[in-house]
Amino acid sequence: MSLLSSAVSITRYRVNGRIEDPVTEAVYTGLRKNMLPEIDDVESAQSVGWTSFQDPFTPSFEGSSFVYGSYFVFSLRIDKKTIPSKLVQKYMAIEIAKKCQATGREFLSRNEKKMIKDNVTSLLGLRIPATPNIYNVMWNYETSLVWFFTHLKGANEELETLFKTTFDLVLTRIFPFTFAESFPGMSGFDLDLLTTLSPTKMLR
Amino acid sequence: MLDIATAYNRYGFIGHEFLTWLWYLIETDGHRLGQSQPQPILLALGKRIVLENPREDHAEKITIKGDYANFEAGILPLRQGSLVTELSLEAKSAEMTWEFNLKGESLSVSSMKMSTTGPIESLDDVEGAVLEKVYLLETILQFIDTLFERFLKMRVTKDWDEKAVPEIQQWIIKNEARPTL
Repeated sequence: MSLLSSAVSITRYRVNGRIEDPVTEAVYTGLRKNMLPEIDDVESAQSVGWTSFQDPFTPSFEGSSFVYGSYFVFSLRIDKKTIPSKLVQKYMAIEIAKKCQATGREFLSRNEKKMIKDNVTSLLGLRIPATPNIYNVMWNYETSLVWFFTHLKGANEELETLFKTTFDLVLTRIFPFTFAESFPGMSGFDLDLLTTLSPTKMLR
Repeated sequence: MLDIATAYNRYGFIGHEFLTWLWYLIETDGHRLGQSQPQPILLALGKRIVLENPREDHAEKITIKGDYANFEAGILPLRQGSLVTELSLEAKSAEMTWEFNLKGESLSVSSMKMSTTGPIESLDDVEGAVLEKVYLLETILQFIDTLFERFLKMRVTKDWDEKAVPEIQQWIIKNEARPTL
């Protein structure tokens, strides 16, 4: 779901800490350094990295293309190779038959079958292209807030990890308790009270 | 300091109580809810309410979908101790409209539909569309945050137990007794 889709879902984060000036240059360097590595011609099953908002398939952050007004807008791209299990089974059966014929045996040991499976998976991994998943990120540096345009657990975990690696800043997900912690209207005393609360019984 | 996952699970009920209170407020005081905003916002119930009864042995989840008039169906679960865990809302200001689902435990919004931004006919239009969309989102999210702040301030005082809860209970009883047409 993209920022410009007709319907959006947002997970909100608070950014803990600041980047040293010049901020835009530091963000550019971080994004560029952690840009998505292509895995179509390699064995890897998954690749995670930043890509540009407008052109996610040819990532570039040149010319402050990630700056929109006072916001940083870019995308997290997760490429995954999914090898259908039936395809693995088919090529395994072919390879097992070949090996049996070559050695004159009727069966192969469990270890031999495992080696064949690993080889088949690795060869198919080279031939199957990765499926890209793109999730937009909007960073309001002034208010230290990040909006991530998906609720998918796996994607959110990848965002939290890559953001820390890239900018050395920790993201805290906003939910009732963390909201209260950062709300200026709550004193330390109020927060202490909050931690002692228990659910209200609406029943009489 | 509490671990994030522990805080999320232990205090999820605060978000559920917030949504239950918000539903009560919309029904009883909806027209005044967003009047203090820079651009007054009118908040109304959408077409979906999810309630959950946090029983010790098993949680009971009830989803009510359909027209606004069917909201009475949610009163009985409230009477039986359920709280609202998700609420579908519709908001309107002089120039903007929003429709979205709000989840209590995470305060996250989903399926957010808004007034249409201008058409994107060239690459130059993208920045304008992004900024307009962000403005629309910021307006509604700040409004939700303001409501949650109001709830939080009350929740940690005795006003919650002595004023808000009895009022909500009265509202439940009144609507439970209302004949269904």
